[in-house]
Amino acid sequence: MTVATLTEWTRTRPQPTWLGRLFDNKAFLIFLCLLPAGGLLTVFLTYPLGLGVWLAFTDTKIGRAGQWVGWENFEYLLEDPLFWKAVFYSVFYTAVATFGKFALGLWLALLLNNHLPMKSLLRAIILLPWIVPTVLSAIAFWWIYDPQFSILSYLAVDVMGVRTTYFDFLGSTWPARWSLIAANIWRGIPFVAISLLAGLQTISPSLYEAALLDGSSAWQRFRYITFPLLLPILAIVMTFSIIFTFTDFQLVYAITRGGPVNSTHLMATLAFQRGIAGGELGEGAAIAVAMIPFLVFATLFSYFALARRKWQQGEAND
Amino acid sequence: MTDATANQPETPSNATVAPEKMAWDSRARRMVTIYVPLACFVIILLFPFYWMTITSFKPNAELYDYKRYNPFLIDSPTLDHIYKLLFETAYPRWLMTTMLVAVCATFLSLLSSVLAAYAIQRLRFKGSQYVGLGIYLAYLVPPSILFIPLATTVYQLGLFDTPFALILTYPTFLVPFCTWLLIGYFKSIPYELEECALIDGATRLQILRRITLPLAVPGLISAGIFSFTLSWNEFIYSLAFIQSGEKKTVPVAILTELVSGDVYQWGALMAGSLLGSLPVAIFYSFFVDYYVSSLTGAVKE
Repeated sequence: MTVATLTEWTRTRPQPTWLGRLFDNKAFLIFLCLLPAGGLLTVFLTYPLGLGVWLAFTDTKIGRAGQWVGWENFEYLLEDPLFWKAVFYSVFYTAVATFGKFALGLWLALLLNNHLPMKSLLRAIILLPWIVPTVLSAIAFWWIYDPQFSILSYLAVDVMGVRTTYFDFLGSTWPARWSLIAANIWRGIPFVAISLLAGLQTISPSLYEAALLDGSSAWQRFRYITFPLLLPILAIVMTFSIIFTFTDFQLVYAITRGGPVNSTHLMATLAFQRGIAGGELGEGAAIAVAMIPFLVFATLFSYFALARRKWQQGEAND
Repeated sequence: MTDATANQPETPSNATVAPEKMAWDSRARRMVTIYVPLACFVIILLFPFYWMTITSFKPNAELYDYKRYNPFLIDSPTLDHIYKLLFETAYPRWLMTTMLVAVCATFLSLLSSVLAAYAIQRLRFKGSQYVGLGIYLAYLVPPSILFIPLATTVYQLGLFDTPFALILTYPTFLVPFCTWLLIGYFKSIPYELEECALIDGATRLQILRRITLPLAVPGLISAGIFSFTLSWNEFIYSLAFIQSGEKKTVPVAILTELVSGDVYQWGALMAGSLLGSLPVAIFYSFFVDYYVSSLTGAVKE
């Protein structure tokens, strides 16, 4: 009887099995935890990245394994006026759209930082363009830019009488380029504004009070308090914005597909046209690889230019 | 008597006029500097959606006749475009595919991100910050430079033109984002809680399941809805890896299947865009705060 109770008592505290011990082993657990993410990223991100660089040096076509051709793809691209056009427009598009997004986004963030009624509803409405699938809002813009039934033309010609002819948004080079930039800015404002608003809300109100007591003007408060304290977050948001604007694909593909006369090709759409639609995987990969130096440069520039100024100011203030 | 007291505040006197005028002045100023620009922003940001909605319910006769009908209003609303979309195209099918892909990709990414973030943030090991940095860098690799080699990889793996091509490739941009977000959330959970559990004899996996995860639920929701939205909106992979019309996702299908010939069916196109945006928009309206916190949380980290 005593023996029976004793065995019952020990059974309630069983030794962990070998499996349990294995799962409690830290090294094994770390390996196990990193396996799914690491595996996915290795197979579908790191490997393709390497493969992309390799493909850029081959003449691979869809359905045919390629031969190593050295720098031939790049040499061909360097003499291709279409490629240079795409490079020019990518840089121009990124520069103008980023400037527009940040100017307007910062303004909107400053407006939202005031004491307003229904603030959360307002914030929800403003984020909407960023939530909705880009391609679908791009199609809406395509319809707004329609040569015959554009609502903007109707407003300008028939309602306000500012113009006598309808706008030709997408029919010729420069109007098409500006129209795409406008659509990109429209889509980018919410992200910039809401991120910067989060940054603005971390700035202590006592700094503004102190500045007010010292008799500062609104511009001075912006220039010497808001802007410097916003720079770190501005640097990060700008890095992201530059990278994703430079490699933009959806807007251009949906609205113009690179036309008219290939004038609105970004490097990404040109890579798609040559690589997937045209079947020249090697050449498409070369165009995609040619984007990497621009991205690295843009990242380093926006990061260091903005981060260093913040560091200098921090140094001067202390 | 009562009349007199009621009238008293309204009687103008020199003492009250000046501050009232100042108050009005500052209100007018506020109006011009804040409300008017804000109203412009809201109108411009919302106009494409309004236009999309209006167009999808207009009959064709109204759609192309601005002279007779006011283009900003609908004279006789119709469901023709939506009916045509739902019953004469493969739209329901596209919607189902998109939903399936988005849900599976989100689930897969959340699972691997939770484990990875837990390992990086809580099972501290030598070089864990480098793994974190690597994941941050992975987030900076845009899909536009990956899609060509990924297409060949997908083809080699025999996944071309199947939903698995999308379910397995979407995590390349979802996992870095979710891991990054969850690391931030795990950081905010006191480490002492886990130490107590360790002393009480809990295993590491029990700690993750019983203590860390329940406390990180807001982070999980943020990461989940964000992943769902990003997968729903994804375009370039879906365009490159899916060929047959009925297997496409909504954004790609609207652009490639509904646009045919030189005459665009704007009514149907806009109805398709509206229906394609609606699930995300509804989802968004329920979880606005999580969206904002994940957006700003990701930027702040």
